[in-house]
Amino acid sequence: MLEILNWVAALLALGTSIGLLLSRDWRWSLAILAAQYLGVFWLVHSHWPISMAAVKLVTGWMVCAALGTTLYGSTEGPVSETAWPEGRLFRLLAAGLIAVSTFALAQKIASWLNVSLAVAWGGLLLMGLGLLHLGVTAQPLRVILGLLTLLAGFEIIYASVETSILIAALLAVVNLCLALAGAYLLNARAAEDSQ
Amino acid sequence: MSAPAIWIFMPAGLALILWLLRNERLSAGLAGGITFLLALAAWMLPIDTAMSVGSVSIKIASSFAILGRQLVLTSADRLLLALIYATTCFWFAASASIKIAHKLIPFGLGITALLVASLAVEPFLYAALLIEMAVLLAVPLLSSAGRAPGRGLFRFLIFQTLAMPFILFSGWLLAGIEANPGDLTLVLQAAILLGLGFTFLLAIVPFNTWIPLLTEESPPYPVGFILWMFPTTALLFGLGFLDRYTWLRTAPQLPNLLAFAGSLMLVTGGILAAFQRHLGRLLGYAVITESGFSLLAMSLGGTTGLNLFFLLFVPRVLSLGIWAFSLSILKEQIPSLRFGKVKGLGRTWPFAAYGAILANLSLAGLPLLACFPIRQALWEGLARQSPGVAVWVLIGSLGLVTGALRSLAVLSMAPEGTPWAMRESWPQRIFLALGALALIVLGLFPQWAIPLLARLPSVFEHLGH
Repeated sequence: MLEILNWVAALLALGTSIGLLLSRDWRWSLAILAAQYLGVFWLVHSHWPISMAAVKLVTGWMVCAALGTTLYGSTEGPVSETAWPEGRLFRLLAAGLIAVSTFALAQKIASWLNVSLAVAWGGLLLMGLGLLHLGVTAQPLRVILGLLTLLAGFEIIYASVETSILIAALLAVVNLCLALAGAYLLNARAAEDSQ
Repeated sequence: MSAPAIWIFMPAGLALILWLLRNERLSAGLAGGITFLLALAAWMLPIDTAMSVGSVSIKIASSFAILGRQLVLTSADRLLLALIYATTCFWFAASASIKIAHKLIPFGLGITALLVASLAVEPFLYAALLIEMAVLLAVPLLSSAGRAPGRGLFRFLIFQTLAMPFILFSGWLLAGIEANPGDLTLVLQAAILLGLGFTFLLAIVPFNTWIPLLTEESPPYPVGFILWMFPTTALLFGLGFLDRYTWLRTAPQLPNLLAFAGSLMLVTGGILAAFQRHLGRLLGYAVITESGFSLLAMSLGGTTGLNLFFLLFVPRVLSLGIWAFSLSILKEQIPSLRFGKVKGLGRTWPFAAYGAILANLSLAGLPLLACFPIRQALWEGLARQSPGVAVWVLIGSLGLVTGALRSLAVLSMAPEGTPWAMRESWPQRIFLALGALALIVLGLFPQWAIPLLARLPSVFEHLGH
């Protein structure tokens, strides 16, 4: 049963990270990110006690709230990239390629770290799609979403080898600081637009 | 009272208080005074040894427990703390005269406290997380007010963040190697991950593109501070890894690898500096070559290499500070530091213009300037080990000299009849004149810095002995 739920969480990570890549409206993006943290919570929970894994969920939702509060009331419409291929089909194909390659890699990682395949794939997938996200964007919100996705993937894998409370606390602070840095950058951009 | 409370928590708390101050001079004065006192305290106060003040006995404990882990600053770290806070004092003291103190000081002090914590945390691989926090704290400092963040800032954020997972994961593998030193596969995996982590952290080619972009887009003085603090901490963190793991320290490939990475950075930085048409980007390429010099000093190995590594610090911070300060003054007058825009500014802003040139020439290793004596010693050591590397060092240095001469030509190229003027404020003139004097004095009497730095290698238990 636990293994099935792990696969559900990994598929949720797949769906949400592809959703983040394709969505152009910040409201959708933040809602998808919040859902992604549910999957992260469950995958981390397979190695950490629920009270510690819940830190990931709470931190993730706080991150969404911080970014949402910054963007709330912004009149900014869907953002399009200026220099990169921004077609949805291109992104979908690139995401598919990463999903397949990380699945192949996950089998090795799972046996190396002695974790379930779903956990290894979930973590690697988020890291891969986070990197893809960073590679195809130059927008402040997208960069922050990419970095958060990448870190979420890393946290899943790292939770299987490290159970220190200090690490959990420091990683939570890093996530929150990333959201605050993102909020600052979004405000700086809005200030220039309004001038 | 514990050492981490004095040199980590107190500056962090003061950063929050100073953030509330809006007065530039008061903020710079307070921060300069506090960092000076912290440097002095590190220099004079023993750690873990009882001191008698009248009838009271005081002892500064070396460790502070936090969530099951520890922050440890021992007596051996005192010189390093003194160096860090003295250089921070140098950066803060001049900031009010270019109206950057209200921004630089709170964030700068917070970053310094976090970076000191990264050198003190046990297990020490947790430092990667503290460095990442400092990176995130640097974001507001590097972003120009009312301007959209540029590509350089994003790349800085992305590349520095990418370093953290690699270093944390390699730390876990290194713990496995300690338990099972004969497992060569594990050693290889750890070495690859560690190498990747430090490639991102130290901005080694090709992950250094953010440096010239950042020096082009962002305010020069805060960028100078960041480009002093982060590479220095990353290099010390790297030395910490070498000091701790015997297999890494004694790996036969390590000197060659360090020499290769160092020469690559020096040559690419130097050659690209020669062709720059932007004073800010030139500073960025000089910073890249500086990291290259540090790696080359590490490649020499032994106490000689380590001594040279530390001796590079003082001339570097002095040159970087003067260069960034000069560029800040020039950037206040013109929208961009492109050659086309700065043409002839040497006539009206001579202190700033020639301060930048002098600092550039010092970092290029020109004789009689601060960096020269250390470069000469480094060059000698490299030539003994590998003449090829010494030639690459020469090419890199020549690139920086070319960049300085081109800047000099552009800054002097005023239309005929332009009168000479000195538009810098008095505090700016005094700071630049003192800085230039220090660059020359350190070039002529390099032995004056040696007593300050001679004991620094002892911070590292195995490398320094």
